Amino acid sequence: MPEPTREQERELYTCVIRARALDVELVRWHRQGIIPGFPPSIGHEATQVGAAAALDRTRDFVFPMYRELGLALAMGVDILGYLGNHNGDWNGGSFDPVASRFTPIQSVVGSNGPHAVGWALGQKIDGRDGVALACIGDGGTSQGDTHEAMNFAGVWKLPVVFLVSNNQWAISVPLAEQVAGGSIAARAAGYGFPGVAIDGNDLLAVRAAVMDAVERARRGEGPTLIESRIYRRGPHATSDDPGRYRTLEDERRDAGEDPVIRYRRSALERDIIDESFVAEVDSEAAVWLEGIRSYLTTLPPRGGETLFENVYAELTDDLVEQRDAWAQDARA
Amino acid sequence: MTATMRADSDGTSRTTQTLSVQQALNRALADELEADPRMLVFGEDVGVLGGVFRVTDGLQARFGAVRVFDTPLAESAILGTAVGLAIAGFRPVPEVQFDGFAYPAFDQIVSQVARYRYRSRGRLPMPITLRVPSYGGIRAPELHGESTEAFWAHVAGLKVVSPSNAHEAYHLLRASIQDPDPVIFLEPKSRYWQKSEVDLARSGGVRGARIVRPGTHLSILSWGAMVDRALRAADIAAEDGVETEVVDLRWLSPIDTATIAESVGRTRRAVVVHEAARTAGLGAEVSARITERLFDRLRAPVQRVTGYDVPTPSGALEDEQIPSVHRILLGMQRVLEYRRG
Repeated sequence: MPEPTREQERELYTCVIRARALDVELVRWHRQGIIPGFPPSIGHEATQVGAAAALDRTRDFVFPMYRELGLALAMGVDILGYLGNHNGDWNGGSFDPVASRFTPIQSVVGSNGPHAVGWALGQKIDGRDGVALACIGDGGTSQGDTHEAMNFAGVWKLPVVFLVSNNQWAISVPLAEQVAGGSIAARAAGYGFPGVAIDGNDLLAVRAAVMDAVERARRGEGPTLIESRIYRRGPHATSDDPGRYRTLEDERRDAGEDPVIRYRRSALERDIIDESFVAEVDSEAAVWLEGIRSYLTTLPPRGGETLFENVYAELTDDLVEQRDAWAQDARA
Repeated sequence: MTATMRADSDGTSRTTQTLSVQQALNRALADELEADPRMLVFGEDVGVLGGVFRVTDGLQARFGAVRVFDTPLAESAILGTAVGLAIAGFRPVPEVQFDGFAYPAFDQIVSQVARYRYRSRGRLPMPITLRVPSYGGIRAPELHGESTEAFWAHVAGLKVVSPSNAHEAYHLLRASIQDPDPVIFLEPKSRYWQKSEVDLARSGGVRGARIVRPGTHLSILSWGAMVDRALRAADIAAEDGVETEVVDLRWLSPIDTATIAESVGRTRRAVVVHEAARTAGLGAEVSARITERLFDRLRAPVQRVTGYDVPTPSGALEDEQIPSVHRILLGMQRVLEYRRG
């Protein structure tokens, strides 16, 4: 498996920094009333950016849930469109999922597993070598769909990588009360494919593990379950209060070293980056953030007529009638 | 299967066959598999066995195990797989084996299949046709005889279709598979073995409702297996000089309000017949549409003849739940004898 080049690592670093910076800002912007709500990915950055770095953006496809900001950034998804899911502009986001190879954001955890399976089956039928990345959390592994998806993928030996971001918390429920048996990775044995547990705070380790799984899938050897062990360093979402179910001391003790700081330290130690590059990335991120903030605060209201579009390929008679009634009521 | 070629008055030839509903559906699947290489048939037992009702009989042998395949027993993943295949550019035609087993797939159907076009702003359409052997009447065990149409018709983004005979089954299934939107196709399993003439070449129109039997005194609005009972009730009523119009809705979503209003506008009396439980059933929707459009013209309130608000009963009580010809006749009598107070 190829090591990343210095240039690639500098891009990964830039991406990790931007993911963290945007997360922090989005929480602030929520408090300032700019966005109605947001599920921060703080603590997920190394896993998300590392996983994206292992994918081929021309042939693989990501099936995300709702906490994938870093993955979206690293996949090159139009981030303003991505944020549409969180700023109330459009369900699932308004980015182009076909161009992005990244499906609309999911609210029902686990539901995306079978979609990854279906898409991967399509790859197999078409004789292509694309790989599906199904994003699941520790909470999502309790869902029946996750089991069904892994079973299908195992039976059919499909090119799917199940990436479980085990951040130790399903909103307020800790891992021990969510996952029986203690190991999510161990469950893969029951489905007939490998399961690996990795340190998800180590970006390069994530990249390497996902790359292994992707290569295995491309060789036609079937799925892999990767349990990426991390820590949800913030609330589940902006409306959540972790102080009700864990203390700051718990967080300090359990979270370990911050994955963003850890990657910066590692990259500095290996002379991939230096202090001037760090400063440059920070200042560029600040400009980038200001652009996003300005977009969010000046976003024109979405036209009400878009309510009726794309429910079906063509407007039904009922929807024509309802749209006309809406237009009339809006004028009155 | 008997086939006859004959010339129409306009000189064109047509192919008419006597087929059961099950055979007509099988033929429709085969013809669509033939026509569209991106179409896939899958579900539990649809491959080697040919489906528990043999609707997919012989398809795997003819089209191969890549295009017609068995899945593990998991309805939610069957529908979820259909979503992924649709994203990959296929035209999935999954089956869930019985109506009640669509419930385990409810989340995928309602949260995913129905919404994907909308939430992707048209980029990821879901041309999925979910076939569901539906309704009661065959003394099947629990959850093998449910009438689920109101659940699906309530969900924006889905279309719901239910055929009433072999000709309709053939053409409506083909139209559903060709439809760019997701269709829940409810097959009346009590009619699977009923044979009738199918004109394979001519559909007679596949959109909206159709007037099966013209009449002037009242309209019966129905669908699926109940159309046959409505027709039998109409035959009996005709002996007393009552001319009953029978409308087969066919598309339960979107509902063809224009045809319903046209029929009831003429007859000015309406009875809705369905075997699903009454409360919040589709009969309420049809009645409301009639009232909204024809309030001043109605000679009587719309009557509903439906199942009762009980869980679908076991075989021994099935005949009490499903509207009988007798109950349909009583409903007709109520609208015909209605007098304003």
